[in-house]
Amino acid sequence: MLHMIEHVFIEQSLVAAFGVVGAVMWLSLAMSRRFTAGRVHGSAIAIVFGLALAYAGGLMTGGQKGLADVPVFAGIGLMGGAMLRDFAIVATAFEVDVVEARKAGLLGVLSLGLGTILPFIVGVLVALAFGYHDAVSVTTIGAGAITYIVGPVTGAALGADSTVMALSIATGVLKAVIVMVGTPLVARMIGLDNPRSAMAFGGLMGTVSGVAGGLAATDPKLVPYGALTATFHTGIGCLVGPSIFYLAMRALMG
Amino acid sequence: MTVFGVALLAVCTLIGVFIGDLFGVALHVKANVGGVGIAMMLLIAARVWLTRHGGLPPGIKLGVEFWATMYIPIVVAMAAQQNVVAAVRGGPIVVIAAVATVALCFAAVALIGRLGRDRKHEAEVEGELERGGKVIAGAFQPGDPEHPTATPKEV
Repeated sequence: MLHMIEHVFIEQSLVAAFGVVGAVMWLSLAMSRRFTAGRVHGSAIAIVFGLALAYAGGLMTGGQKGLADVPVFAGIGLMGGAMLRDFAIVATAFEVDVVEARKAGLLGVLSLGLGTILPFIVGVLVALAFGYHDAVSVTTIGAGAITYIVGPVTGAALGADSTVMALSIATGVLKAVIVMVGTPLVARMIGLDNPRSAMAFGGLMGTVSGVAGGLAATDPKLVPYGALTATFHTGIGCLVGPSIFYLAMRALMG
Repeated sequence: MTVFGVALLAVCTLIGVFIGDLFGVALHVKANVGGVGIAMMLLIAARVWLTRHGGLPPGIKLGVEFWATMYIPIVVAMAAQQNVVAAVRGGPIVVIAAVATVALCFAAVALIGRLGRDRKHEAEVEGELERGGKVIAGAFQPGDPEHPTATPKEV
Protein backbone atom coordinates (compact mmCIF):
# COMPACT_ATOMS: atom_id res chain seq x y z
CA MET A 1 0.00 0.00 0.00
CA LEU A 2 2.65 2.46 1.12
CA HIS A 3 4.79 1.29 -1.76
CA MET A 4 1.96 2.02 -4.22
CA ILE A 5 1.50 5.56 -2.86
CA GLU A 6 5.22 6.11 -3.20
CA HIS A 7 5.01 4.87 -6.77
CA VAL A 8 2.26 7.39 -7.61
CA PHE A 9 4.28 10.25 -6.09
CA ILE A 10 7.35 9.30 -8.12
CA GLU A 11 5.47 8.79 -11.36
CA GLN A 12 3.43 11.99 -11.02
CA SER A 13 6.27 14.04 -9.60
CA LEU A 14 5.23 17.53 -10.72
CA VAL A 15 1.57 16.94 -9.86
CA ALA A 16 2.64 15.67 -6.43
CA ALA A 17 4.75 18.81 -5.96
CA PHE A 18 1.68 20.99 -6.65
CA GLY A 19 -0.15 19.09 -3.93
CA VAL A 20 2.70 19.30 -1.43
CA VAL A 21 3.32 23.02 -1.99
CA GLY A 22 -0.41 23.68 -1.85
CA ALA A 23 -0.55 21.96 1.54
CA VAL A 24 2.43 24.01 2.79
CA MET A 25 0.77 27.23 1.59
CA TRP A 26 -2.54 26.31 3.23
CA LEU A 27 -0.87 25.49 6.53
CA SER A 28 1.20 28.70 6.42
CA LEU A 29 -1.78 30.91 5.68
CA ALA A 30 -3.72 29.29 8.53
CA MET A 31 -0.78 29.84 10.91
CA SER A 32 -0.42 33.45 9.76
CA ARG A 33 -4.08 34.16 10.50
CA ARG A 34 -4.31 32.17 13.70
CA PHE A 35 -1.10 32.92 15.52
CA THR A 36 -0.02 36.31 14.17
CA ALA A 37 -3.39 37.83 13.22
CA GLY A 38 -2.04 38.22 9.69
CA ARG A 39 0.90 40.38 10.79
CA VAL A 40 3.44 37.89 9.47
CA HIS A 41 2.66 37.16 5.79
CA GLY A 42 1.56 33.60 5.06
CA SER A 43 4.08 33.53 2.21
CA ALA A 44 6.91 34.44 4.62
CA ILE A 45 5.98 31.49 6.83
CA ALA A 46 5.70 29.24 3.76
CA ILE A 47 9.21 30.20 2.61
CA VAL A 48 10.65 29.46 6.06
CA PHE A 49 8.81 26.12 5.94
CA GLY A 50 10.35 25.49 2.53
CA LEU A 51 13.85 26.19 3.84
CA ALA A 52 13.25 23.95 6.86
CA LEU A 53 12.09 21.14 4.54
CA ALA A 54 15.19 21.73 2.42
CA TYR A 55 17.34 21.35 5.54
CA ALA A 56 15.53 18.14 6.53
CA GLY A 57 15.85 16.78 2.99
CA GLY A 58 19.54 17.64 2.91
CA LEU A 59 20.14 15.84 6.21
CA MET A 60 18.17 12.78 5.06
CA THR A 61 19.82 12.32 1.68
CA GLY A 62 23.15 14.12 2.01
CA GLY A 63 22.40 15.67 -1.38
CA GLN A 64 22.64 19.25 -2.53
CA LYS A 65 19.08 19.91 -3.65
CA GLY A 66 17.25 19.87 -0.34
CA LEU A 67 13.83 18.24 -0.37
CA ALA A 68 14.07 17.62 -4.12
CA ASP A 69 16.66 14.88 -3.49
CA VAL A 70 14.05 12.76 -1.70
CA PRO A 71 12.63 10.62 -4.57
CA VAL A 72 8.95 11.14 -3.67
CA PHE A 73 9.47 14.92 -3.65
CA ALA A 74 11.56 15.10 -6.82
CA GLY A 75 8.83 17.17 -8.48
CA ILE A 76 9.70 20.05 -6.14
CA GLY A 77 12.94 20.28 -8.12
CA LEU A 78 11.03 20.84 -11.34
CA MET A 79 8.41 23.15 -9.85
CA GLY A 80 10.95 25.36 -8.06
CA GLY A 81 13.71 24.95 -10.63
CA ALA A 82 15.12 27.76 -12.72
CA MET A 83 12.79 27.11 -15.68
CA LEU A 84 9.43 27.56 -13.97
CA ARG A 85 10.83 30.15 -11.54
CA ASP A 86 11.94 32.38 -14.41
CA PHE A 87 8.65 31.74 -16.26
CA ALA A 88 6.67 32.94 -13.23
CA ILE A 89 8.99 35.91 -12.67
CA VAL A 90 8.49 37.02 -16.29
CA ALA A 91 4.71 36.68 -15.81
CA THR A 92 4.78 39.14 -12.89
CA ALA A 93 6.07 41.79 -15.34
CA PHE A 94 2.47 42.00 -16.57
CA GLU A 95 1.73 43.99 -13.40
CA VAL A 96 4.53 46.53 -13.83
CA ASP A 97 3.76 50.23 -14.13
CA VAL A 98 5.88 51.24 -17.12
CA VAL A 99 6.41 54.86 -16.10
CA GLU A 100 7.56 53.94 -12.61
CA ALA A 101 9.97 51.30 -13.90
CA ARG A 102 11.45 53.63 -16.51
CA LYS A 103 11.92 56.44 -14.01
CA ALA A 104 13.81 54.14 -11.68
CA GLY A 105 16.06 52.83 -14.45
CA LEU A 106 19.10 54.89 -13.49
CA LEU A 107 18.64 54.02 -9.84
CA GLY A 108 18.54 50.37 -10.90
CA VAL A 109 21.86 50.68 -12.73
CA LEU A 110 23.46 52.43 -9.75
CA SER A 111 22.20 49.76 -7.37
CA LEU A 112 23.45 46.97 -9.67
CA GLY A 113 26.93 48.52 -9.59
CA LEU A 114 26.92 48.88 -5.81
CA GLY A 115 25.34 45.46 -5.38
CA THR A 116 28.29 43.90 -7.20
CA ILE A 117 31.12 45.91 -5.63
CA LEU A 118 30.00 46.04 -1.98
CA PRO A 119 29.52 42.26 -1.49
CA PHE A 120 32.80 41.58 -3.27
CA ILE A 121 34.71 43.94 -0.94
CA VAL A 122 33.09 42.38 2.13
CA GLY A 123 33.88 38.86 0.89
CA VAL A 124 37.49 39.81 0.16
CA LEU A 125 37.99 41.41 3.58
CA VAL A 126 36.55 38.38 5.38
CA ALA A 127 38.71 36.03 3.30
CA LEU A 128 41.81 38.07 4.16
CA ALA A 129 40.85 38.08 7.85
CA PHE A 130 40.64 34.28 7.75
CA GLY A 131 44.12 33.94 6.36
CA TYR A 132 43.62 33.61 2.60
CA HIS A 133 46.31 35.62 0.84
CA ASP A 134 46.33 34.46 -2.77
CA ALA A 135 44.45 36.46 -5.37
CA VAL A 136 42.54 33.44 -6.76
CA SER A 137 41.06 32.30 -3.42
CA VAL A 138 40.27 35.81 -2.25
CA THR A 139 38.55 36.67 -5.54
CA THR A 140 36.54 33.41 -5.50
CA ILE A 141 35.27 33.97 -1.96
CA GLY A 142 34.50 37.61 -2.74
CA ALA A 143 32.58 36.50 -5.86
CA GLY A 144 30.58 34.03 -3.76
CA ALA A 145 29.35 36.95 -1.68
CA ILE A 146 27.85 38.39 -4.90
CA THR A 147 25.73 35.29 -5.67
CA TYR A 148 26.16 31.54 -5.40
CA ILE A 149 26.43 31.34 -9.18
CA VAL A 150 29.04 34.09 -9.58
CA GLY A 151 31.23 32.32 -6.98
CA PRO A 152 31.71 28.97 -8.73
CA VAL A 153 31.78 30.54 -12.22
CA THR A 154 34.61 32.82 -11.09
CA GLY A 155 36.36 30.05 -9.17
CA ALA A 156 36.20 27.67 -12.14
CA ALA A 157 37.54 30.33 -14.49
CA LEU A 158 40.48 31.07 -12.16
CA GLY A 159 41.13 27.45 -11.21
CA ALA A 160 40.40 27.88 -7.52
CA ASP A 161 40.84 25.15 -4.91
CA SER A 162 37.73 22.99 -4.31
CA THR A 163 37.47 23.87 -0.59
CA VAL A 164 37.54 27.55 -1.54
CA MET A 165 34.85 26.90 -4.14
CA ALA A 166 32.70 25.17 -1.50
CA LEU A 167 33.12 28.16 0.85
CA SER A 168 32.25 30.52 -1.97
CA ILE A 169 29.06 28.64 -2.90
CA ALA A 170 28.03 28.28 0.76
CA THR A 171 28.45 32.04 1.26
CA GLY A 172 26.19 32.75 -1.71
CA VAL A 173 23.53 30.26 -0.59
CA LEU A 174 23.53 31.57 2.96
CA LYS A 175 23.23 35.11 1.59
CA ALA A 176 20.15 34.04 -0.41
CA VAL A 177 18.64 32.35 2.65
CA ILE A 178 19.23 35.40 4.86
CA VAL A 179 17.69 37.69 2.23
CA MET A 180 14.60 35.44 1.97
CA VAL A 181 14.05 35.34 5.72
CA GLY A 182 15.41 38.75 6.71
CA THR A 183 13.77 41.04 4.16
CA PRO A 184 10.27 41.09 5.70
CA LEU A 185 11.85 41.81 9.10
CA VAL A 186 13.77 44.89 7.98
CA ALA A 187 11.50 46.07 5.14
CA ARG A 188 9.96 48.92 7.11
CA MET A 189 13.31 50.07 8.47
CA ILE A 190 14.96 50.31 5.04
CA GLY A 191 11.93 51.94 3.41
CA LEU A 192 11.13 48.97 1.18
CA ASP A 193 7.51 49.80 0.41
CA ASN A 194 7.46 51.30 -3.09
CA PRO A 195 8.52 50.29 -6.62
CA ARG A 196 11.62 52.54 -6.62
CA SER A 197 13.10 51.10 -3.45
CA ALA A 198 12.17 47.60 -4.71
CA MET A 199 14.26 48.20 -7.84
CA ALA A 200 17.16 49.42 -5.72
CA PHE A 201 16.69 46.37 -3.50
CA GLY A 202 16.78 43.98 -6.49
CA GLY A 203 20.01 45.44 -7.80
CA LEU A 204 21.73 45.62 -4.42
CA MET A 205 20.75 42.20 -3.10
CA GLY A 206 21.15 40.61 -6.49
CA THR A 207 20.67 36.93 -5.76
CA VAL A 208 17.50 36.14 -7.75
CA SER A 209 16.28 33.46 -5.37
CA GLY A 210 16.87 35.72 -2.36
CA VAL A 211 15.12 38.68 -3.96
CA ALA A 212 12.27 36.52 -5.30
CA GLY A 213 11.69 34.99 -1.88
CA GLY A 214 12.31 38.13 0.16
CA LEU A 215 9.90 40.31 -1.81
CA ALA A 216 7.22 37.60 -1.97
CA ALA A 217 7.37 37.41 1.82
CA THR A 218 7.32 41.20 2.21
CA ASP A 219 4.82 42.55 -0.30
CA PRO A 220 3.91 40.77 -3.57
CA LYS A 221 3.27 44.03 -5.42
CA LEU A 222 7.00 44.83 -5.24
CA VAL A 223 8.08 41.52 -6.82
CA PRO A 224 8.28 42.50 -10.50
CA TYR A 225 10.27 45.69 -9.78
CA GLY A 226 12.87 43.88 -7.70
CA ALA A 227 13.09 41.04 -10.22
CA LEU A 228 13.60 43.47 -13.09
CA THR A 229 16.97 44.59 -11.71
CA ALA A 230 17.99 41.42 -9.84
CA THR A 231 17.96 39.30 -13.00
CA PHE A 232 20.84 41.35 -14.43
CA HIS A 233 22.93 40.91 -11.31
CA THR A 234 24.35 37.40 -11.79
CA GLY A 235 25.33 38.12 -15.40
CA ILE A 236 27.18 41.28 -14.41
CA GLY A 237 28.86 39.48 -11.52
CA CYS A 238 30.03 36.67 -13.83
CA LEU A 239 31.34 39.34 -16.20
CA VAL A 240 33.45 41.33 -13.72
CA GLY A 241 34.36 38.56 -11.24
CA PRO A 242 36.96 36.61 -13.22
CA SER A 243 38.12 39.72 -15.12
CA ILE A 244 38.24 43.19 -13.53
CA PHE A 245 37.90 42.00 -9.93
CA TYR A 246 40.54 39.29 -10.31
CA LEU A 247 42.99 41.67 -12.03
CA ALA A 248 42.43 44.26 -9.30
CA MET A 249 43.12 41.65 -6.60
CA ARG A 250 46.24 40.43 -8.37
CA ALA A 251 47.50 43.99 -8.73
CA LEU A 252 46.83 44.69 -5.04
CA MET A 253 48.38 41.52 -3.72
CA GLY A 254 51.23 41.09 -6.15
CA MET B 1 -7.89 31.65 -25.75
CA THR B 2 -5.94 31.13 -22.54
CA VAL B 3 -3.15 29.29 -24.28
CA PHE B 4 -2.36 32.43 -26.29
CA GLY B 5 -1.44 34.16 -23.04
CA VAL B 6 0.72 31.24 -21.93
CA ALA B 7 2.31 31.11 -25.39
CA LEU B 8 2.95 34.88 -25.36
CA LEU B 9 4.66 34.45 -21.99
CA ALA B 10 6.67 31.51 -23.34
CA VAL B 11 7.74 33.38 -26.48
CA CYS B 12 8.83 36.44 -24.46
CA THR B 13 10.77 34.20 -22.06
CA LEU B 14 12.48 32.25 -24.86
CA ILE B 15 13.46 35.38 -26.81
CA GLY B 16 14.67 37.12 -23.65
CA VAL B 17 16.77 34.18 -22.49
CA PHE B 18 18.17 33.76 -26.02
CA ILE B 19 19.22 37.43 -26.13
CA GLY B 20 20.71 37.02 -22.64
CA ASP B 21 22.74 34.06 -23.90
CA LEU B 22 23.91 36.11 -26.90
CA PHE B 23 25.05 38.88 -24.53
CA GLY B 24 26.90 36.25 -22.53
CA VAL B 25 28.71 34.97 -25.63
CA ALA B 26 29.49 38.50 -26.82
CA LEU B 27 30.94 39.43 -23.42
CA HIS B 28 32.77 36.08 -23.00
CA VAL B 29 30.78 35.29 -19.85
CA LYS B 30 29.74 31.76 -18.91
CA ALA B 31 26.31 32.96 -17.85
CA ASN B 32 23.10 34.40 -19.16
CA VAL B 33 23.25 38.21 -18.96
CA GLY B 34 19.88 39.63 -18.00
CA GLY B 35 17.78 37.24 -20.07
CA VAL B 36 14.86 37.21 -17.65
CA GLY B 37 14.94 41.00 -17.33
CA ILE B 38 14.85 41.35 -21.12
CA ALA B 39 11.95 38.88 -21.26
CA MET B 40 10.09 41.00 -18.69
CA MET B 41 10.59 44.12 -20.81
CA LEU B 42 9.31 42.24 -23.89
CA LEU B 43 6.20 41.18 -22.00
CA ILE B 44 5.61 44.74 -20.77
CA ALA B 45 6.00 45.98 -24.36
CA ALA B 46 3.56 43.32 -25.57
CA ARG B 47 1.02 44.40 -22.95
CA VAL B 48 1.34 48.06 -23.94
CA TRP B 49 1.05 47.19 -27.64
CA LEU B 50 -2.02 45.02 -27.10
CA THR B 51 -3.77 47.63 -24.96
CA ARG B 52 -3.21 50.26 -27.63
CA HIS B 53 -4.44 47.98 -30.40
CA GLY B 54 -7.92 47.14 -29.25
CA GLY B 55 -7.41 46.15 -25.63
CA LEU B 56 -6.17 43.09 -23.81
CA PRO B 57 -8.16 39.95 -24.71
CA PRO B 58 -9.31 38.23 -21.48
CA GLY B 59 -7.82 34.91 -22.59
CA ILE B 60 -4.33 36.34 -22.95
CA LYS B 61 -4.68 38.11 -19.62
CA LEU B 62 -5.77 34.92 -17.89
CA GLY B 63 -2.96 32.89 -19.45
CA VAL B 64 -0.26 35.30 -18.28
CA GLU B 65 -1.75 36.14 -14.92
CA PHE B 66 -2.25 32.52 -13.95
CA TRP B 67 1.53 32.13 -13.98
CA ALA B 68 1.93 35.34 -12.01
CA THR B 69 -0.40 33.94 -9.35
CA MET B 70 1.71 30.76 -9.23
CA TYR B 71 4.77 32.86 -8.42
CA ILE B 72 4.70 32.48 -4.62
CA PRO B 73 4.08 28.70 -4.59
CA ILE B 74 6.94 28.32 -7.07
CA VAL B 75 9.17 30.41 -4.82
CA VAL B 76 8.25 28.14 -1.90
CA ALA B 77 9.25 25.11 -3.99
CA MET B 78 12.47 26.96 -4.84
CA ALA B 79 13.17 27.52 -1.13
CA ALA B 80 12.59 23.80 -0.49
CA GLN B 81 15.44 22.82 -2.80
CA GLN B 82 18.16 25.16 -1.57
CA ASN B 83 21.29 23.58 -0.18
CA VAL B 84 20.48 24.81 3.33
CA VAL B 85 22.63 22.17 5.03
CA ALA B 86 25.78 23.42 3.29
CA ALA B 87 24.84 27.04 3.98
CA VAL B 88 24.35 26.39 7.69
CA ARG B 89 27.44 24.21 8.04
CA GLY B 90 29.77 26.57 6.19
CA GLY B 91 31.50 27.70 9.35
CA PRO B 92 32.40 31.18 10.60
CA ILE B 93 33.92 32.53 7.37
CA VAL B 94 30.69 31.80 5.49
CA VAL B 95 28.44 33.18 8.23
CA ILE B 96 30.44 36.37 8.68
CA ALA B 97 30.77 37.04 4.94
CA ALA B 98 27.07 36.42 4.27
CA VAL B 99 25.71 38.33 7.27
CA ALA B 100 28.00 41.33 6.72
CA THR B 101 27.17 41.44 3.01
CA VAL B 102 23.43 41.35 3.57
CA ALA B 103 23.58 43.94 6.38
CA LEU B 104 25.64 46.34 4.26
CA CYS B 105 23.35 45.92 1.26
CA PHE B 106 20.22 46.46 3.38
CA ALA B 107 21.80 49.70 4.62
CA ALA B 108 22.54 50.72 1.03
CA VAL B 109 18.89 50.08 0.07
CA ALA B 110 17.83 52.38 2.92
CA LEU B 111 20.14 55.08 1.57
CA ILE B 112 19.64 54.99 -2.19
CA GLY B 113 16.07 53.62 -2.22
CA ARG B 114 14.90 57.07 -1.19
CA LEU B 115 16.66 58.89 -4.03
CA GLY B 116 14.34 60.77 -6.37
CA ARG B 117 10.99 59.42 -5.25
CA ASP B 118 7.99 60.85 -7.05
CA ARG B 119 5.19 60.54 -4.51
CA LYS B 120 2.65 62.19 -6.78
CA HIS B 121 3.07 59.55 -9.46
CA GLU B 122 3.14 56.81 -6.82
CA ALA B 123 -0.20 58.00 -5.50
CA GLU B 124 -1.63 58.01 -9.04
CA VAL B 125 -0.69 54.39 -9.71
CA GLU B 126 -1.46 53.14 -6.19
CA GLY B 127 -4.59 51.33 -7.42
CA GLU B 128 -2.75 49.54 -10.20
CA LEU B 129 0.07 48.56 -7.84
CA GLU B 130 -2.37 47.13 -5.32
CA ARG B 131 -4.11 45.19 -8.06
CA GLY B 132 -0.79 43.78 -9.27
CA GLY B 133 0.07 42.82 -5.71
CA LYS B 134 -3.22 40.97 -5.35
CA VAL B 135 -2.67 39.06 -8.59
CA ILE B 136 0.85 38.00 -7.61
CA ALA B 137 -0.29 37.10 -4.10
CA GLY B 138 -2.92 34.87 -5.71
CA ALA B 139 -5.63 36.79 -3.85
CA PHE B 140 -7.30 38.48 -6.82
CA GLN B 141 -11.08 38.01 -6.73
CA PRO B 142 -13.50 38.51 -9.60
CA GLY B 143 -15.06 41.91 -8.98
CA ASP B 144 -11.87 43.49 -7.65
CA PRO B 145 -10.92 46.65 -9.53
CA GLU B 146 -9.84 45.77 -13.08
CA HIS B 147 -6.56 46.42 -14.83
CA PRO B 148 -6.55 50.18 -15.47
CA THR B 149 -4.71 49.55 -18.73
CA ALA B 150 -7.73 47.63 -20.03
CA THR B 151 -8.63 51.03 -21.41
CA PRO B 152 -5.86 52.57 -23.53
CA LYS B 153 -3.87 55.29 -21.80
CA GLU B 154 -0.92 57.42 -22.74
CA VAL B 155 2.40 56.10 -21.53
